[in-house]
Amino acid sequence: MKPVYIAGAGMTRFGRSEWSLIKLASVASLAAIHHAKLGDVPIDSVVVANMGAARVNKQTALGSALVDQLALYPAMAEAVENGPASGASAFKVGCQAIASGMADVVLVTGVERMRVVNGLEGTDFVASLSHPEVEYIYGVTLPSLAGMFTRMVMDRFGVERKHLAMVAIKNHENGAKNPYAHIQQTVTMEGILTAPEAVVNNPPIAEPLHLFDCCPVSDGAASVVLVSQAVAEKLGGPRVRVAGIGQATDTHAVHEREDPTDLKAVRLASEKAFSMAGKAPGDVDVAELHDAFTILEIAESEAAGFFPRGEGHLALDRGETKLDGTLPINPSGGLKAKGHPVGATGVAHLVELTWQLRGEADARQVKDAKVAYACNFGGFGNNVVATVLEREAA
Amino acid sequence: MAQISELEASLRPPAMEMPPYPPKVITLASGEEMVVRQVERDEVPTLLEAIYPLLWVERDFYDIVGARLFGELLAYKRYRVKDEYVLAGLIDGVLAGMVNGRLVDEKTGMSYHTLTIRRGLRVGSHLFAAKMEYHIEHCAQEEVLIVAESPIGFRRWMIEYPLEKRFEVQHELGGVPSWVLPKETYYNAKPRLVSGRRPVPEELLQSAETITLPAEELVVRQVAGEKEGNA
Repeated sequence: MKPVYIAGAGMTRFGRSEWSLIKLASVASLAAIHHAKLGDVPIDSVVVANMGAARVNKQTALGSALVDQLALYPAMAEAVENGPASGASAFKVGCQAIASGMADVVLVTGVERMRVVNGLEGTDFVASLSHPEVEYIYGVTLPSLAGMFTRMVMDRFGVERKHLAMVAIKNHENGAKNPYAHIQQTVTMEGILTAPEAVVNNPPIAEPLHLFDCCPVSDGAASVVLVSQAVAEKLGGPRVRVAGIGQATDTHAVHEREDPTDLKAVRLASEKAFSMAGKAPGDVDVAELHDAFTILEIAESEAAGFFPRGEGHLALDRGETKLDGTLPINPSGGLKAKGHPVGATGVAHLVELTWQLRGEADARQVKDAKVAYACNFGGFGNNVVATVLEREAA
Repeated sequence: MAQISELEASLRPPAMEMPPYPPKVITLASGEEMVVRQVERDEVPTLLEAIYPLLWVERDFYDIVGARLFGELLAYKRYRVKDEYVLAGLIDGVLAGMVNGRLVDEKTGMSYHTLTIRRGLRVGSHLFAAKMEYHIEHCAQEEVLIVAESPIGFRRWMIEYPLEKRFEVQHELGGVPSWVLPKETYYNAKPRLVSGRRPVPEELLQSAETITLPAEELVVRQVAGEKEGNA
């Protein structure tokens, strides 16, 4: 396989946008193209990640639409839909195109505009990724699955609500340093858990998960420019190499898993990614995990191999995952504070990690980051893409 | 009250005795302390200044809520609504939101508007709860008539409390079929929706004595969000 590099990364601010879906995608794409300093180097292929445009925006064929908007003809173009893992899946498709020699420059853009529908409709649209016959028809939503998962993890490993709150507090603190984050507001343990008013401030969503355990519903887009080694050498500048990608699947229905608290697809995808990269979890300097719910950051940090099973919350207690800890997790603010425009999320992970590896993350910069890891969690853990990036000397 | 002419007196609605709303302090999710207190008539111009830029913000119906509230506050200041009151939430003296309503008679309250400036911290929920607290606990009313002009309001009031339908009654806000919060429902909801501590420490109370406004640009950005996502 030929090496693949990320030459540029850009995104829109996540939140609620007045822009159309394609305008969001275009702005993020242009930011990434500008960041890559592509100049007159042509883009061979465009891959757009998205989950719900056909349903909530009544728009399909997003690859063709983005090529047209940016006048990138005659570039190859397609859209990739893989639930909440659409972003990293599209990234994988882009990497495959370069690794195979089919393309030298690929634009990968994730986009979602889901605030055009109300909360109930948005929740229902995301719930459509659950099993249609044994989950969805019984009213399962992602918060309800996450609530049940959290209860099991709490019972089994001693995770407490204070640990969930610690994830939220940390990620809101990071998000407050990220100008692209949906929520740039810090929260406190007192305000969301211990003060009498916390009952009102942080109401239950799906017990034991409360409001501040859940990511917001966001609009937004994120984009990266992938290039071959030859193009990377021509462009010069900082070099971020895609060192490894792994993907794994698990049963569609969560209750069919032998141990529903075991995020097997995260574990297997991560093992593949680390193996391909020739790295171990201990080599990672910074990670972006898919904390759609606070519990997922804890559980994924274990399944990815950063901490022993059942001890992710203890690492939180020790402050290891803070921005100045031994393994900063979600310096961007994570889905929790940065936001979660579903199809854009997986790409946004890689945008943040690219900036981190290039030393361009400003107030949230992790010192001397050389190796980075991302986990894009699709379904309720039934389709996961893990990525390892490495900074190379130019 | 200043001396008024006979004509002016005839233009004013007759007033009932209204108890004061005792100020309280609420710790928000951010850890900040929000003082909720009653707004006097001479403070209304400051609130109007805060509302003015929102009259053109369509998002979440701030335009209609703002415009109606603007009129209601003016009417309160100039004695053209019967038995109206206004409460404000202040963080370090800076206006975070406001609510208003009026007493229809001794037993029934009429909720008017809830307008949040500092969003994302459930300021609106806290202030609406304070309004219900005023009607039921301090004015000893039996029920409050309520409508929502935005989906957010519907979720916060009709669903969260939950309110009962009283559709045979047209609410004063546009004649919309009313919902009602009976006293019993209020007390059932109180443990999860009504919070705050009294008395407010003197220092905090002093910080809330004068209403300060956030910058207009900040108000519009907080309320309307990013009009154009930035790259």
